Amino acid sequence: MRILLIDDEEELVSTLAERLSYRGIDADWATSGKEALEKVTETSYDIAVVDIKMPKIGGIELKRMMAEKYPGMKFIFMTGHGSEEDFRTGSEEAGAEYYLVKPVDIEELTRKLKEVLEK
Amino acid sequence: MKKLKPIFWDYQDVAARSHERLFNFRRMWKLTVFLTAGVALIPLISLAIVDYHVTQRSIESENLLRTARLVSNTRRSLFFFFAERRAALDFVVRQNNFVDLNIPGALGQVLKNLKNSFGGFTDLGLIDPLGNQRNYVGPYKLLGKNYSEQDWYREVCERGIYVSDVFMGFRQVPHIVIAVKRSLPNGSFYVLRATLDTKRFDGLLSGLEMAGQGDAFIINRKGILQTPSLYHGRVLQKLSLPVPEYAPKTRVFEEKDANGIPLIIGYRYISATPFILTVVKHKRGLMQSWYETRIELLFFLCISMIVILGVVIWMATYLVKKIFLADQNRIATLHQVEYNNKMASIGRLAAGVAHEVNNPLAIINEKAGLIKDLFTFKKAYEGDKKLLDLVDSILASVIRAGTITKRLLSFSRHTEISIQLIDLKDLVEEVLNFFEKEAEYRSIQISLEAEENIPKIKSDRGKLQEIFLNLTNNACSAMEDGGHLDIRIMPKDMKNIQVTVTDDGCGIPKEDMVRIFEPFFSTRTKQGGTGLGLSLTANFVREMGGEITVDSEPGKGATFTVTLPVNMERKEGNTACEYS
Repeated sequence: MRILLIDDEEELVSTLAERLSYRGIDADWATSGKEALEKVTETSYDIAVVDIKMPKIGGIELKRMMAEKYPGMKFIFMTGHGSEEDFRTGSEEAGAEYYLVKPVDIEELTRKLKEVLEK
Repeated sequence: MKKLKPIFWDYQDVAARSHERLFNFRRMWKLTVFLTAGVALIPLISLAIVDYHVTQRSIESENLLRTARLVSNTRRSLFFFFAERRAALDFVVRQNNFVDLNIPGALGQVLKNLKNSFGGFTDLGLIDPLGNQRNYVGPYKLLGKNYSEQDWYREVCERGIYVSDVFMGFRQVPHIVIAVKRSLPNGSFYVLRATLDTKRFDGLLSGLEMAGQGDAFIINRKGILQTPSLYHGRVLQKLSLPVPEYAPKTRVFEEKDANGIPLIIGYRYISATPFILTVVKHKRGLMQSWYETRIELLFFLCISMIVILGVVIWMATYLVKKIFLADQNRIATLHQVEYNNKMASIGRLAAGVAHEVNNPLAIINEKAGLIKDLFTFKKAYEGDKKLLDLVDSILASVIRAGTITKRLLSFSRHTEISIQLIDLKDLVEEVLNFFEKEAEYRSIQISLEAEENIPKIKSDRGKLQEIFLNLTNNACSAMEDGGHLDIRIMPKDMKNIQVTVTDDGCGIPKEDMVRIFEPFFSTRTKQGGTGLGLSLTANFVREMGGEITVDSEPGKGATFTVTLPVNMERKEGNTACEYS
């Protein structure tokens, strides 16, 4: 399976990708919406983990753009903003499978990714 | 008195700035009362005074006029009485000549006829020009008596008529003498003298009906009573009042007697006699009906004044109270807006900080996580327990910092009004989290008791947090280290839930109890209290349709009771401060 992590903090996504690889999940990462869109054209991904707040192209917009091109793709949202409650409602409305509040618990992320893939 | 004092009387909003404080309520009240009462009472009192004097004067002059009329009428009767008798004697001397009258039997017949026609004649005497009584019929032996040296004889010779003062006759009955002179063509003359008792003209006076202890009598020019008086003495006694000066017409004047009692005296000199007809009335008696009316008038005036004053004071109090309450609302709204803005700013700041901290925190989290992964998955690092512990401790701290930023975010987002279903117990627990550390340091024991089956309530989360945050904060400030804070949640009735926050701190003095929810009332101003906390708390509770009460015993602690409706009805005009 192929996972794409998208967050404007390179330090964060690169580390997350490395940690996921220890747990048997192969993950790429991008630090902007633009880079993510490029990567999607090169490789096909099963799941995108998207930070909602990013400069230029935000998470929700990015999800809409990618979902149009690749209808099979699943999404998980991350955020450092707001309360879990608000975020959950927002994420469900935007069509995300799951939502995670930063700082992200790696075990939870791994579990959620596996769940989504199994669906 | 305290109960009667209107709420605005001692009010001084020291905290309101000059642009917020528009009114001095006590001055406004005084001005309204004095102006309105003045405008209403001054014309009323002036009118009453003028009317009082006019009426009194008219009644007084009416009394004088009535007395004058009485005197005038009575004088006419008396005048006729004397004129009649004089005319009768005149007729006798003209009808008979001296020789006829000098016959004893003839004079006796005349006296008899006079007695029968007029009554009151006692004797008759015929006197020659030398003053000798030549003939006499009557009870005395006066025949041959010479009168030439007597005053009355001289007067009758001179003026042709004489009427004497009253004197006591032989039976101790008052009498008067009337003498007439008959001049003959040859220059000679004679005098006919008659004595009359005064019963007849006493009757003229005693028959008068007079109000006010009225008394009519006759005095002579020396002030000796000629007829009996009801109140001023017997016949021939000296009258205690002064003799009024001569006047050709009827006169009425006011005078005080020896005891200072005001009298109305009317008099008239009766011409061709030595008599003065006098009528004396007691002024108080005459004015009695006026005095009664006067009391009624005064009573009516007093009642009117009391009613007017009462209405004026009530109206002024009512209106100024309304203005006062409106002004209070205005100031409270101003403070509320200010406070909301402040809270919004704090919220924004908290959110900003939380966001900024969250990202580096996430990186620390991932980096530390990676280190842990390396220890876990790479054989080369395996088994270094000390390093693993360090990493775990970093991760634990990250989780703790994360909880704080999440809480900050959650708190700041709820400065706006939004009604949602809330479990009160969870909410209070959430609030108490903020005090965990403080309670630990100060060894304050916090207990939260919630009865089971408490329904979730529909309310505003942010405001509820604010309410319990304020109450808890207040309680903690009031307590010494090692105090106890008890929070209980219980259903009050079907529609309301009651939360009590009890501390065992310093309590609230009785005199402060009433003002505790007033804006800017604070006992902690020196420790940086704004005096806003409880007033806003109370405002929030009221906004949510609930109520807040306080019960305290100084030195033993205080209990704040908040009653909240299960279903909050959203009020119009709530100032929502949108924030994201």
